[in-house]
Amino acid sequence: MYVCHQNNLFMGLFYHIGRYFILLRRVFAKPEKHIVYYKETLKEIQKLGINSMGIIAIISFFMGAVITIQTAYNTENPLLPTYLIGLGARDSILLEFSSTIVALILAGKVGSNIASEIGTMRVTEQIDALEIMGVNSASFLILPKLVASVFFAPFLALLSMIVGITGGWLAGIASGVVTTPNYIYGIQYAFIPFYITYALIKIVVFAFLITTISAYHGYYSYGGSLEVGRSSTKAVVHSSIFILLFNLILTQLLLS
Amino acid sequence: MIEVKNIYKSFDNTPVLKDISVVFEKGKTNLIIGQSGSGKTVLLKSIVGLHEIDNGSVFYDDVVFNKLDFKEKKEMRKQIGMLFQGGALFDSSTVEENVMYPLDMFTQMSLSEKRDRANECLKRVNIENANKLFPAEISGGMQKRVAIARAIALNPKYLFCDEPNSGLDPRTAIVIDNLIKEITEEYNMTTIVNTHDMNSVMEIGDKVVFIYHGEKWWEGTKEEIFDTTNIELNEFIFASPLSQKIRDLKNSN
Repeated sequence: MYVCHQNNLFMGLFYHIGRYFILLRRVFAKPEKHIVYYKETLKEIQKLGINSMGIIAIISFFMGAVITIQTAYNTENPLLPTYLIGLGARDSILLEFSSTIVALILAGKVGSNIASEIGTMRVTEQIDALEIMGVNSASFLILPKLVASVFFAPFLALLSMIVGITGGWLAGIASGVVTTPNYIYGIQYAFIPFYITYALIKIVVFAFLITTISAYHGYYSYGGSLEVGRSSTKAVVHSSIFILLFNLILTQLLLS
Repeated sequence: MIEVKNIYKSFDNTPVLKDISVVFEKGKTNLIIGQSGSGKTVLLKSIVGLHEIDNGSVFYDDVVFNKLDFKEKKEMRKQIGMLFQGGALFDSSTVEENVMYPLDMFTQMSLSEKRDRANECLKRVNIENANKLFPAEISGGMQKRVAIARAIALNPKYLFCDEPNSGLDPRTAIVIDNLIKEITEEYNMTTIVNTHDMNSVMEIGDKVVFIYHGEKWWEGTKEEIFDTTNIELNEFIFASPLSQKIRDLKNSN
């Protein structure tokens, strides 16, 4: 049913891009019943957002700690003030870690979850069952996930910023590379609030990409469990590539 | 009544359905039989619009279904119930939620009304005290019955069943077959059942259509099928050693 033009790279690329946008058009169609979609969105916020808080917090804490120690190692010079450690850690976390790296983590966790869930629904004919009932399956399955991801991703980025900077501070004082006053002075020094806006804009775009690309791969799965596994892998790989690509584009657009 | 007229369907230039025309009657259980790979599932999915046909027409009473636009098809589909081969119940929803799903989407019923209707449908398919269980927690036969309950929740005019007996033991298969027949008569629906199970033909085949290599090879009733001289159909009917023995016994008598 779903023919992939794999023999011709360019044709295949255009085929997938075209089908992706056709799917998006169906996703944004008017919902059959708003209350059902609303309830589904709340469930997805729990599943995709709240359930990701733990992993984001753990990774952010340790990455914040490592960034601080590495910054201290690289600025080990009597001419450089130690508050630069806090400044370096803050900028690394705000500009790149809490948006791009967190998005890559979410691509692995949330992306594979979305692709495998929708893919399994496809191969077990649950999507066909929805279509037969007259439900717009693309919209019903993807829109609540998309709204949940785009809505909750900024909170995850903010959580990552707070926990990452806290991790950096604890690692800094535990290892003795920086004192608390110097670290706090560093994270406040020459602070540009737009960095937070920049990170939040990026994570929203990345959340959109992760959800739609993963849903696309899941929705057009066919065959059996092996193909669902492949779709899940493709979802993570393609989401990651597009995150990196859009990271470059957004950075150029927002910071240059 | 559902009528298909001269329908063709191919995948990657490989013809799967070739010039099939048949009328499926209202209030009767219409069976499509044939070997695996003969095209019967493609025919069923073409009739319900899950596959777009290359040529021909599908009539739902007076409506040309395959000519409807997306919105019109969506409306039409509210009158269609379908039982899939594996049940296709939603894994993350309970039995009750599965049956209530079409009511949630397409009616303005209150929660208690929806619960009552879901319980009524579940009771009709002889399922009780399983409302809060998930599909993975019930047997295959129960899953099929829940799927039937979900299919009839909106009182559809048309019911489609894709191999309803697959994976079931013979006794449960008969229960499902009889349930489909009873519901068809009770709701006066047009029911089309895809099967390769000859027991189903014997039990519920008001009208039988035999598909062979994508073509309609034979059609008739369950009474007529065992007297046919059609070679391919006879090979299909008497494929198992048990049925061959029965045929030999019948002939010797």
